[in-house]
Amino acid sequence: MNEWPLFEVFIRSKQGLDHKHVGSLHAPDAKMAIQMARDVYTRRQEGVSIWIVPSSAIVASDPNDKAANFDPMEDKIYRHPTFYQLPDEVDHM
Amino acid sequence: MQPANYLLRLGDNPLILGQRLAEWCGHAPVLEEDIALTNIALDLIGQARLLLAHAAALQGTGDEDSLAFLRDVEGFRNVTLVELPNGDYAHTTVRNALFFAYQCELWQALQASHDAQLAAIAAKSLKEANYHWRHSADWLLRLGDGTEESHARAQAALDELWRYSRELFTDDEVDAAAARDGIGVLPSSLESAWAARILPLMEQATLTLPAATTFCSRGKSGYHSEHLGYILAEMQFMQRAYPGAKW
Repeated sequence: MNEWPLFEVFIRSKQGLDHKHVGSLHAPDAKMAIQMARDVYTRRQEGVSIWIVPSSAIVASDPNDKAANFDPMEDKIYRHPTFYQLPDEVDHM
Repeated sequence: MQPANYLLRLGDNPLILGQRLAEWCGHAPVLEEDIALTNIALDLIGQARLLLAHAAALQGTGDEDSLAFLRDVEGFRNVTLVELPNGDYAHTTVRNALFFAYQCELWQALQASHDAQLAAIAAKSLKEANYHWRHSADWLLRLGDGTEESHARAQAALDELWRYSRELFTDDEVDAAAARDGIGVLPSSLESAWAARILPLMEQATLTLPAATTFCSRGKSGYHSEHLGYILAEMQFMQRAYPGAKW
């Protein structure tokens, strides 16, 4: 049965501004994938919007490049905005 | 009693189809459809609860549970279409499309009911029905206009089920009284809007409508096929064996 292509599902929750990846499913086409995602991933009011992306359209970074890609940032803590003293009047930061 | 009878007709259809669709749980062709069909079944049972509770209130006796679990075959007022066996997936899909197109038009019209409770149930159910219709219509299109085998199965299902759609649009004195009082609508008044959904879909799905016959099932008057008893045997077992059981 799984000659059906794989789709990645992204859901935007009521509070959220961005669509978050929630999983994947097999579907005959993108339109049916939306319907199936509605049934599989929004049954408990998780979302107000669905994006579907064919898994084949996603280009991923190579896990073998993890060290080259990400480790150099480890010792550059000055890029974090944690050295500022926030005034007391600023809330929610 | 007449308004309660009308409510029983409205409530028994989703109750019995909900029970039928629940039979797919664990058996649907793919996992996603398993979840979709049981979602729809739960929507339908939710609608049936609201409608039967309202019917019980109008009758002044019993509640939604006594209506669902303690009536026998001849007391049920669902159309015959919804009690027929599921058959294969094409069969289930064709039945759903025929019935949900009708439900969309029915709930649309009943939002204007003078019975405020019924109007509220209609508004809630319409949202669900719109999805049920879209789900079944999308699948019907893919099955009818799909492979040679899926087309043949969808056509066979339509050949079998088409004649049962006629009952949806027959009026009798219960419908007439409900329409006169502004509570309900005449089923016949929904037929052209139903056809405007169904006929283009069948054409797009490359399915051929069977020739019209004079056959008309009469489930909504209590004359059911042999299948309903088996549904009730399963659905009502617990209440019959352990009356009033709680857990």
